[in-house]
Amino acid sequence: MSKIKGLICRECGKEYPAEPLHVCEFCFGPLEVNYNYDWIKGQISREKIEKGPKSLWRYIDLLPVVGEATVGLYAGLTPLIRAHNLGKELGLDELYIKNDTVNHPTLSFKDRVVSVALTRAKELGFDTVACASTGNLANSVAAHAAEARLKCFVFIPGDLEAGKILGSLIYQPTVVAVNGNYDDVNRLCSEIAAEYKWAFVNINIRPYYAEGSKTLAYETAEQLGWMAPDHVVVPAASGSLLTKIWKGFNELEKLGLIDKVRTKVSGAQAEGCSPIATAFKNKTDHVKPVKPNTIAKSIAIGNPADGYYALKAVKESGGAFDTVTDPEVVEGMKLLAKTEGIFAETAGGVTVSVLKKLVEQGIIKKKDRTVAYITGNGLKTQEAVINAVGSPVRIEPKLSAFEKILKK
Amino acid sequence: MASVKIRLTFPEDKIKEPIIYNIGHEFKVVTNIRRADVREKKGWVDLEVTGESSEIEKAVESLKTKGVKVDPIEKNVIE
Repeated sequence: MSKIKGLICRECGKEYPAEPLHVCEFCFGPLEVNYNYDWIKGQISREKIEKGPKSLWRYIDLLPVVGEATVGLYAGLTPLIRAHNLGKELGLDELYIKNDTVNHPTLSFKDRVVSVALTRAKELGFDTVACASTGNLANSVAAHAAEARLKCFVFIPGDLEAGKILGSLIYQPTVVAVNGNYDDVNRLCSEIAAEYKWAFVNINIRPYYAEGSKTLAYETAEQLGWMAPDHVVVPAASGSLLTKIWKGFNELEKLGLIDKVRTKVSGAQAEGCSPIATAFKNKTDHVKPVKPNTIAKSIAIGNPADGYYALKAVKESGGAFDTVTDPEVVEGMKLLAKTEGIFAETAGGVTVSVLKKLVEQGIIKKKDRTVAYITGNGLKTQEAVINAVGSPVRIEPKLSAFEKILKK
Repeated sequence: MASVKIRLTFPEDKIKEPIIYNIGHEFKVVTNIRRADVREKKGWVDLEVTGESSEIEKAVESLKTKGVKVDPIEKNVIE
């Protein structure tokens, strides 16, 4: 008996062994991990978790690995910050920021999913890992592969700015820049994943990889004293993060670790890439692909793999989806920085500005215990705010000159 | 013989056209629909296309030329 029964199709329910598979051979639906919750219930307790490692691996009983953690031992367990200042600014009595801008080692929530994916990839016997990415995922896969002594391939669109890939190149993976438009690169990566026996983290290892995001819900509940919040706001790119946060809270309830979950889950997208939010507004479950055009590039996924499921999670929970413009993204980044001292990347700006909108619309109430998920560090997207943060006050090296500006 | 799994998304003006039937006639490929949701104004189809690689490529190009969006079954894999 073990915690993982295998994989199961999210659409037709057909079961598969716990191998590097991701698509149902029958209906082509996505696969996910099928847990043995009855067995897990007998193993897990609040006390056991609290005595566990100070990382996301304290929840190993709910993660899709069969042995010990071997990669990314320090990822997760990031601060849950009581955001008094931002809460006051927005009119919320109890606002928290789940701060993954300081996740270890590459400063984004991707360190969670990649730790789980690479630990599982090693268990499955892979010696090479790969991903297709324009930023955060590439950084995290390259860093963790270096730590795990795994060969690593990172595929990027050929026109990606040099600065974007520096945070991956430093770890010495093989970075392959593919000429062609976004769709061409996307298709090639899917073909490479099908052809080579590599652990492509967000393709053939995706059912395991995606589970790492659940730890954001587990940590939130534990850090709130074992309770789920009233409302959470989550940025949506592929939609996987949002879906898994919803799953995480529900698993804790199912295992008796928290009381009934009444959390409303709301999704945040940038107006320039909002296929899921558009489907929500149009009251349809058909997520129509779009061509992204926004500064929030880390969440600009035009044809999101989990869009349908994210939409379902938001509807089930009674939450909402909303969008913000690029100037509002910058305003959100500045607001979070000036009120809480947190420099988030553009996705964080999307989350904060959507949070503000949802409060203004009365969807999030003043008394709601609310958590905003801030998923990546602002140092990674400095270009987005370079013209919006002002410049130093310049003076001559004289005390009088300094005093002059103090009086202004 | 090769086989690919793709997601087709149809624009509104193509919903009525027998596009999948047509590519099976124009190229030496076998098409097999696994899952679909096609309505009056929009639709998607998850399709398996089997044949020689060069024929599959031509069939996919033809779909794109007709205005159908063709993605891998995983949709966007660049994150």
